[in-house]
Amino acid sequence: MNGIIPAPIARQPWRMLIPLFMLVAFGAAVLYSAAGGSMDPYASSHLVRFSVFLLMASIIASLPRELVKFFTYPAYITVLLLLIAVEIIGQVGGGSQRWLDLGFMVLQPSELMKPVVVVTLAFFYSTLPVGLIASWRALIIPGAMIGLPVAFVLLQPDLGTSLAIAFGGGVVMLLAGLPVKWFVGGGAVAAAAAPLLFYFGLQDYQQRRVLTMFDPEADPLGASYHIIQSKIAIGSGGIFGKGFNNGSQSHLQYLPEPHTDFVFATMAEEWGLIGGLFVLAVFSIILRWGWDVARAAQDRFSQLLAAGMVATIFFYIAVNLLMVMGFAPVVGIPLPFMSHGGSSMLTNMICIGALMMVNSWNRKAPRGGLSGTL
Amino acid sequence: MAGFFSRKAQKRRGPPMNASKIKNMFDRRSVVIGSIQGGVGVLLAVRMGYLAIAENEKYRLESESNRVNLTLIPPRRGWILDRNGAPLASNRADFRVDVIPERLSDPEATIDEIGSLLALEEDRIADLKQEVTAARGFAPVEVASGLDYEQFAALSVRLPDMQGVVPQRGFSRFYPTASTVGHLIGYVGPASAEEYEEDRSPILITPGYKIGKDGLEKQFEQDLRGTPGARRVEVTAAGRIIRDLETRDDIQGDPVKLTIDGPLQDYAARRIGLESGSVVVMDCETGDLLCMASMPSFDPNSFSAGIGSLEYSMLREDRRVPLRNKVLQGLYPPGSTVKPMHCMAFLKAGIKPTESIVCGGGRRIGNRFFNCWSNHGVVDMGKAIYQSCDSYFYHFAQQIGFDKVAAMASDLGLGKQYPLPVQSQFYGTVPTPDWKQKKFDRAWAPFDTVNASIGQGYYLTSPLQLAVMSARLATGKRLNPRLVLDGSTNDPVSYNFQDDEIAYIRQAMSDVVNGPGTAGRGRLPFPDIKMAGKTGTAQVVSLSVSDGRSGPWKYRDHGLFTFFAPLENPRYAGAVVIEHGGGSGAAYPIARDVMTFMFDPAKGLEKLQALEKQWGGTAQQRLEKRYAAYAAERGAAVTLPPRRDEDIFDQVEAEARLAAEQVQEVGEDFVAPRPNPVASGTPPSATGTAE
Repeated sequence: MNGIIPAPIARQPWRMLIPLFMLVAFGAAVLYSAAGGSMDPYASSHLVRFSVFLLMASIIASLPRELVKFFTYPAYITVLLLLIAVEIIGQVGGGSQRWLDLGFMVLQPSELMKPVVVVTLAFFYSTLPVGLIASWRALIIPGAMIGLPVAFVLLQPDLGTSLAIAFGGGVVMLLAGLPVKWFVGGGAVAAAAAPLLFYFGLQDYQQRRVLTMFDPEADPLGASYHIIQSKIAIGSGGIFGKGFNNGSQSHLQYLPEPHTDFVFATMAEEWGLIGGLFVLAVFSIILRWGWDVARAAQDRFSQLLAAGMVATIFFYIAVNLLMVMGFAPVVGIPLPFMSHGGSSMLTNMICIGALMMVNSWNRKAPRGGLSGTL
Repeated sequence: MAGFFSRKAQKRRGPPMNASKIKNMFDRRSVVIGSIQGGVGVLLAVRMGYLAIAENEKYRLESESNRVNLTLIPPRRGWILDRNGAPLASNRADFRVDVIPERLSDPEATIDEIGSLLALEEDRIADLKQEVTAARGFAPVEVASGLDYEQFAALSVRLPDMQGVVPQRGFSRFYPTASTVGHLIGYVGPASAEEYEEDRSPILITPGYKIGKDGLEKQFEQDLRGTPGARRVEVTAAGRIIRDLETRDDIQGDPVKLTIDGPLQDYAARRIGLESGSVVVMDCETGDLLCMASMPSFDPNSFSAGIGSLEYSMLREDRRVPLRNKVLQGLYPPGSTVKPMHCMAFLKAGIKPTESIVCGGGRRIGNRFFNCWSNHGVVDMGKAIYQSCDSYFYHFAQQIGFDKVAAMASDLGLGKQYPLPVQSQFYGTVPTPDWKQKKFDRAWAPFDTVNASIGQGYYLTSPLQLAVMSARLATGKRLNPRLVLDGSTNDPVSYNFQDDEIAYIRQAMSDVVNGPGTAGRGRLPFPDIKMAGKTGTAQVVSLSVSDGRSGPWKYRDHGLFTFFAPLENPRYAGAVVIEHGGGSGAAYPIARDVMTFMFDPAKGLEKLQALEKQWGGTAQQRLEKRYAAYAAERGAAVTLPPRRDEDIFDQVEAEARLAAEQVQEVGEDFVAPRPNPVASGTPPSATGTAE
């Protein structure tokens, strides 16, 4: 960095931020087209939200480590209580409810739980003596920490979010050093339980969505409609796409949810394979930067925290893209930084903020060794 | 991956965990997870490349077929014109509604809703439900046509909630003279499943597209059909049209020009009145069929959405068989109408016109005495024709042998089919000894000659054949009837009858009407135009069963009349047959009025209007009134028509054949002539149970 650029600006992780800005701008362009060639209602609010949440992320980035640690458990308990509150209000009101109307804003506690569960587990393992990593305490307590919110989110019912929470928590547990055989065993149990869960745990419409994945042409006007139309949008885009604002699949409403879950298909139809590779490239740059931040972390807490955040973002990207390309059931997970929607933008920007925070801790701390908490 | 498992091995041996080992493990595992993530990224990139490159063409097509909706525009059907270019069948712009059963989520509810929106009749709604259930998915079912704009608009605004309902502007077939051309022209209707199986053209299942189902509409289907237009539009997933991409206009089908004289056809059909019968008029120069009226009939306009069960039931229950085209499928003993033709056979066999016999109220043939209908005294050929003396024909037919008479009958067109574009024509029967042997395995008896000589017994002819016979006899030329004005000329061969022979027969036939004959009230109201003709009364049962005039309608005699005019230089020839009219008196006044109309339409119409006042309206008005009364009486509780229109008309034809066979049964013995064959009975009530 040369001296012309002031230090506070030069400090920022531009390697990640510039691609991110490009991606968000690109997302806004796609949303502009999805709205039929208009900034309203999607593109403008997309940009406004990003600006607001970027500000929030930079505030998070400036938080000191001790403060974060101090508030970790209280935050976890608060969000858990909010989840329970949502469940109770939902029960009373009749029917499924995912959000809490606080008067000044609508809060979806399950979204908050994704980063919070990562921080909580990172904090728990950072306080757990190294020798106990293979003991039952290393499994049972974090298991409960993940299991409780997952159970409440499943009750809502929201399969996508509960999987996201479990995935983020699971990755932190794996990276914390739990014995691999536990994961293998857990995987085996999950595989055995999957059919049971499928028949007794899933709603009718969810079952259909899963089955659709295996035979999309079986019911072209029913459950598989989404996937077929999404594949048509992506496939018909070809290499260079149909051109900006020329996507017939999205403009003529064949593509369901062209501005949220299926925004990638909307993009691919107009920008083709080139646009798709650009999006994939930006995501790999962001995730790669996240891993670098995690590896460069000075202590166990920030290390696990950063890795968990990367895993959470990754989960969004992977499930969404697998879904729109017909490799995963339709679970209703939006694509980070491109889909229109406040909650997912909030979660992902918290993750980005947390990564930037760890990045700034890495700069301040003296080099070498795992200090402090161990 | 190696790091994962080597780690386990170390741990089992139990070295204490420490911070650097944990850090190492984190690094190793993060690399593995990062690699998995990278793998997912590569998988996604490859998958996307596969979709966008390898399957691009497939998905591009699917995207186009999503975006573009191709609608076929049913072609306007070619018109059917009369000889002067007036339409007998044309097209009328209208609003219509169809449903596509496959796309209805709840057919019953949708039909009820449409029914209440359009104020459909109860029985129509019931029919519709039946049709929708029976229909195969792809074929549209017509709900209603001829809607007014308000109804159309009311339905159109509800479309988003009514999947599978297709309202549209289009053209529907229109028959200006309605029931009077029913049998001749036929009607149109949506293609049946079988027809679609045969010809898998998508136009057949386009809502609003009709094909010919009967009569000329079916015969000339290929000419009339035309070429469908197409409209390519961009549509949203919900079916809303964004814009027109391309429209190709339909090409209207070719017109078919008939030899029929429209006003005459209408007049003749209406003139039949309450009776059941047919009128055929031919042009003596060209063989052009000017009129082929068969009544009562159906209204082809009301058949276009399929034959309603109520209407079908009404038509089926009518003893006058409104579904049968009597011109072609009605077979009747010709009775005395064949006598002039038989005389021509006698002349050919060398009998002189002046040769006479004595009719003593009958005549002995062989060892049996056969009655004549009256006692005519001395009878020569002329008197035999104008007084219709049976004895004369018994005698000379026996003398020359009936084979010769039958040969003349065949030569003049009886027992024959003609090259006409019609669905079916019946041959009828000209009985001969060979024929009887073959058919009944019985030898020809003298009473067979006696019966046949006066057109009774096994003799069966259709009104068309009688008209052809009449024209051929009047002109002495082998005229063939023709129905289509396609520019071809008819150059009939002469029979080489001698002029004086023809003149003699003509004069005798003129005397039937204008002289001391049996049709005295048949004179035309013109001083300079004379009509010649021959009455006939065909008995359908023996004298012991019925007197032919009163009693059950179905036992009454048929009334027949063949004619030509003007006498000196025949231009028109024809035949009138009134089923169970009670005698020829029911037939020849109709011929008189039809010929009057031919030469002076105003005069003819005046007569008809007076009659129609008594009858209670024109044929079409009476049909509509009857239908309303029938509907009120029966409601929707009627038997359902066969599913295929073909079945309906196959059944009608089979019944017509059966009816003809039954008439022949009377020929098993001598059919004693009625005392007064020229009388007539009263027309039947349509649904009476007097049978």
